[in-house]
Amino acid sequence: MLTKVHTGLDPVPGIWWRPAHKAEKVWVAIAFAWCMVLFAMMPLWHFRGGQNPSGVRRRVDPKTYYARTLAFAKQYKVAEDRGVPIVQAPPGSDVYLVGLTFQWYPILQLERGKEYMLHLSSLDVNHGFSLFPVNVNFQIVPGYDYALRVTPTASGDFRIICNEFCGIGHHTMVGRVIVVDETGKPVADNSHAAVKSGDQP
Amino acid sequence: MSALSVSVSRTCPATGRTIHLSAERLIKVNAVVAVVSLLVGTIAALLLVLTRWQAVHLLPAVWYYRLLGVHGMNMLIFFIIYFEMAVLWFASTVLLNARPAAPRFGWFNFGLMLLGTLIVEWAQWSGRADVLFTSYPPLKAHPLFYLGVIFFAVGALLVTCQFFATLVIAKREKTYVGSVPLVVYGAVTAAIIAVITLVHGAMVYVPTFLWSVGLIPEVDPQLYRLLWWALGHSSQQINVAAMVAIWYMLGALTVGSVVLNEKVSRSAFVLYIMFISMASAHHLLVDPGFSSAWKIVNTSYFMYMAVLASMVHGFTVPAGMELGMRLRGYNDGLFGWLRHAPWGDPGFSSLVLSVVVFGFVGGITGVTLGTEQINIIAHNTLRIPGHFHSTVVSGTALAFMGATYYLLPLIFRKKVAFWKLAKIQPYLFAGGLLLLVMGMTFAGSFGVPRRHWDISFSQAPYDVQFNPAVDLFLAMMGIGGIIAVTGALSFIAIAVVSVFFGKPVGDMPRGPDIVGIPPGLTNPPVHVANVDELNEALHAPSRGIFGATPGTLVLVGVFLVAFILYYFANWKLLTFLWKIG
Repeated sequence: MLTKVHTGLDPVPGIWWRPAHKAEKVWVAIAFAWCMVLFAMMPLWHFRGGQNPSGVRRRVDPKTYYARTLAFAKQYKVAEDRGVPIVQAPPGSDVYLVGLTFQWYPILQLERGKEYMLHLSSLDVNHGFSLFPVNVNFQIVPGYDYALRVTPTASGDFRIICNEFCGIGHHTMVGRVIVVDETGKPVADNSHAAVKSGDQP
Repeated sequence: MSALSVSVSRTCPATGRTIHLSAERLIKVNAVVAVVSLLVGTIAALLLVLTRWQAVHLLPAVWYYRLLGVHGMNMLIFFIIYFEMAVLWFASTVLLNARPAAPRFGWFNFGLMLLGTLIVEWAQWSGRADVLFTSYPPLKAHPLFYLGVIFFAVGALLVTCQFFATLVIAKREKTYVGSVPLVVYGAVTAAIIAVITLVHGAMVYVPTFLWSVGLIPEVDPQLYRLLWWALGHSSQQINVAAMVAIWYMLGALTVGSVVLNEKVSRSAFVLYIMFISMASAHHLLVDPGFSSAWKIVNTSYFMYMAVLASMVHGFTVPAGMELGMRLRGYNDGLFGWLRHAPWGDPGFSSLVLSVVVFGFVGGITGVTLGTEQINIIAHNTLRIPGHFHSTVVSGTALAFMGATYYLLPLIFRKKVAFWKLAKIQPYLFAGGLLLLVMGMTFAGSFGVPRRHWDISFSQAPYDVQFNPAVDLFLAMMGIGGIIAVTGALSFIAIAVVSVFFGKPVGDMPRGPDIVGIPPGLTNPPVHVANVDELNEALHAPSRGIFGATPGTLVLVGVFLVAFILYYFANWKLLTFLWKIG
């Protein structure tokens, strides 16, 4: 005959719905309270915090989005780096970035402390937007336009690393974002620093 | 039944349970194929970690991405699910003394899974499925790859149905009295989550297969990501439920863990079933297809109820161990029960290391990464594999290894080979993984991407200069990975040699330590006759709120503090970013 004390390997005769010991109740209550703190943080940050992945989302035909990006790049182009236009649109405007295997297009030039509506989408497959070294990461899905209100807080020459596998040349997919300060002074450009022979994948 | 059972079943000399030979054979083949998959995945792991360690950078790009897919499928799908099939057969037949439902059909299903496995391996190794583990469309693989996954999933789904049928048989034939044991209850939880998961698998892989052969024009990439993660993350939840069940089992076998309160433990399992599949939404926190309200509802309300379940098990499992030890007389001080525990028993050390690393590292990082805003600094960085190597590998795989040390003498009836190696194997494996996970997590915090062949970006148009600390973290990952692979290969060597060349167990006299037999079997943790009185005394109101398990309450307190510190440190990190909304 089984005793009341039993292991997890023993079947439980009779009714096992018995009151828990106080120590267990205390832990369950603490754990539940902590889960409620975890829960409250997310909505709270939407009101009080400055970093939210909410943005504006809509479906878009990849080819239409690509055409819009090309037109945007043509309209606001200020310079060029290795055939990719550097594009500076006025603060507050919509800026477009497209990921295509294995390139980010175009190079964006933004002004520090100004807000932009940054549109992200893909022409072909899933890509990952990872702003370096700020460590901002977003998923880029073809057919979806993800628009985020973005305010750069520091000037400098930033990179965009693709961090979603998009094919065999995935690791060569690096883009550029330039942030200039209020005087519009161009910042140091280290984009040529470590470029080796460009074997195309 | 009794006349028949002479030829079709045997009585286990150690536990006195009835083991049906038809079920035993199914447990054996599933366990063997699981270990073979583990071997394939481990070899891939070694090559991958030596590639990601940028100072070594072993593989060319094509083979890095190819083996990354191989590693994912073999570890997360084949090793774990074959092992879980063995667990389902074990829990429904051995633990309940029951005969298996339709064993021949079980062989058919096993064959279907094996066929699917071989097709997937062929497609991946031959370079026809370089789409990684997640196979996000519009990246396209050979149609047979998707078909192989479907075969495997259908086979697993049918075995799950047989598991439920076996439970019905056990109930009808009254092979046990009362309610099923907690360990079986955990296995039922795993099986229910498996059904939910595999149905999602059909919803995502059937259309993708039709797309790959050209029958439907396109698969929506965002819808695919939604449905795929209902498969991809929920399948890890099968593992969690199976792992927790094994925790309770190993606790009982090694230190005579008791169930503190059936209501609390079983309710926690029910929380897993109810909330865990919706929590898969935390993979889509920085995706464009979903609103913030959707993300918050699915990850707050639903995920945190599953977190609650894990926190409850995180208390009841060690508390059960503590009470089990105290009832057997190890009652000195707060942690006397831990000091006197059988640390040389690989089943016990696996259990403890699995609980500790899963809880402290996997659980805390996982909940933090699954926060809508914090995910911005973590999504697709090395922090993600850092997290799941501490849950699925240090937690689940280690628990499965610990269970194997008991399955070898109980089911295969062989002594554990290389017994001295077996005693240190869990420490080797967990220690290596801890280094690997730390390296990955810290490197990811500096923005190092996951699934990336070359973070020196030598062929990229623009340079990327990581913080020099990253080199250190990647070296940590590399060395940890090599140690962990050594631990995994030791386990495989022990398992294979025991099964095919091991000495038969023979008699198992109680008392003396026998080389190759875990002490939980030769010195089983039996409770004395007046155990209920001792239990009453330990629960006496005079012992105050800390009650019978004061040591565990201290330990979970430390856990909670670590959790709170890590969680809010991440919010602090988040505030350094650009303003985004």
